Amino acid sequence: MSTWLLLTITGLGLGAMYFLIASGLSLIYGLMGVLNFAHGAFITVGAYSTWWTEAHLFSGVHSTVLRFLLAALMGLVVGGVFAALVELILIRPLYNRHIEQVLVTVGLSIAFVALVQGIWGTDAKAFVVPPWLHDTTTVAGAHIPNDRWVEIATAAVVLGLLQLFLRRTRYGLIIRAGVENRAMVQALGIDVRKAFTLVFAVGGIAAAVAGVLSGVYFNVVGPDDGTSLLIFAFIVVVIGGLGSIGGSAVAAVVVGLTQQYTNYYASSGVGDMVVVLLLGLVLLARPRGLAGAVIGARA
Amino acid sequence: MAVATRTLLSLRDVHVHLGQSHVLQGVTFDVPEGGVTALLGRNGVGKTTTLRAILGLVGRRGSVTLDGEALGSLPTHRIVQRRVGYVPEDRDVFTGLTVAENLRLAERDEEPRYDLVYELFPDLEQRSAQRAGTLSGGQQQMLAIARALLNDNRLLLVDEPTKGLAPALVAEVAHVLERLSELTTVLLVEQNLGVVRRIAHDAVVLDQGRVVHRSDAKELLEQPELVRRLLSVGA
Repeated sequence: MSTWLLLTITGLGLGAMYFLIASGLSLIYGLMGVLNFAHGAFITVGAYSTWWTEAHLFSGVHSTVLRFLLAALMGLVVGGVFAALVELILIRPLYNRHIEQVLVTVGLSIAFVALVQGIWGTDAKAFVVPPWLHDTTTVAGAHIPNDRWVEIATAAVVLGLLQLFLRRTRYGLIIRAGVENRAMVQALGIDVRKAFTLVFAVGGIAAAVAGVLSGVYFNVVGPDDGTSLLIFAFIVVVIGGLGSIGGSAVAAVVVGLTQQYTNYYASSGVGDMVVVLLLGLVLLARPRGLAGAVIGARA
Repeated sequence: MAVATRTLLSLRDVHVHLGQSHVLQGVTFDVPEGGVTALLGRNGVGKTTTLRAILGLVGRRGSVTLDGEALGSLPTHRIVQRRVGYVPEDRDVFTGLTVAENLRLAERDEEPRYDLVYELFPDLEQRSAQRAGTLSGGQQQMLAIARALLNDNRLLLVDEPTKGLAPALVAEVAHVLERLSELTTVLLVEQNLGVVRRIAHDAVVLDQGRVVHRSDAKELLEQPELVRRLLSVGA
């Protein structure tokens, strides 16, 4: 029972990170039709900005918790600004040129890893976090690392905030409508390009949160972290349904749990294969994913 | 004595290519201010493309001017912000949004005309919390028209509003369009000649991407042989 509980909470923690990455990817594809292979760079920007500012900018702050929180906040800001700039400078000139968009985002993802390696080296960097995160809490006999709770809670808060944003704000309304039919949103007199930049910024912030949490989860940050997490986030997006935040949340939980259970009860590494198999099954049974809408005209 | 009418919308030598097809091949016509101008023609002659070209939803060559102002390469939202409303052929309501959200999204004016919308479509007020995707075809059409009605537009582009509707609903839509034409200028694409006869003042007929006939709408419809030749239907 205790092993099952530990696996479940760890799987949910992993799913939380996948969701944070997938939510931005899903919104970006749903609204703009852009397959953003550079999303991994947003994760890396969030993680490295947090790591760097913790050590350099906030080194005078004595409280470890406050130092970590300030650095993480800085990571999110840098992640959001970086993502918005990517949209404005690289994606905007290539609207409706999907092949070029793929080439540019793939190119950026490769170049960005090389840039990070060039500046900070190929070795992973130790991620300093409040000691409490490395402690465990005993639940029903299972010793659960505290960072798992933080990951799950953070993803739940982000999910709630995203839903509030999408359902209660004018821009949320524009994004939900744009996911269905972008051309019609424009035909109502709305400059949908502002929503594009906003979606990239929101996606960048969520990915930066995932970057920070991956640093907490793995205790280190490395140049390739973003790329490796991105693969599973793409699987989550497709299973959940393009453009659906709720679908991404459900799919992230399913993928995280499947990986954990399979890696433990079958054999280590089998989890990744089973997740890909799951993707194939979902695509065969429900090509639009669990909650995907029919994506409308993208003129 | 003839009353001089001002031209609100003017198309000159408009060309549109969609993929390999040359859909509009030099379309030229004027839409006078006030009333309804019907854009007629057989299926596939470029009527919908003409409306989409005016809005900048498809790339075009040639000149489109609205009240003397060249629309040039303005993006769609900028054209619409010049008080142009659009009711698309397939309604294109946002099925995942509620009726109220569909209307809220369409608000452009400081004071949207909800009174008028709910006077004409009381059903929409009662169904404001209902998802647009669960409305009937007729109700979705009402919603699509209501979105355009909400703002004080000087030109409305309305594309086949009676398509696929039951006869009772066609009469209702025609009544609404009649009311609309008292408020603004309408460029109407419509296959139902009964509706055209009832509300249109002018008619422009397209064939193979070109304007082949321009006249008073009633004058055209009184010539069954001409109608049969131009539209392949009986008047």
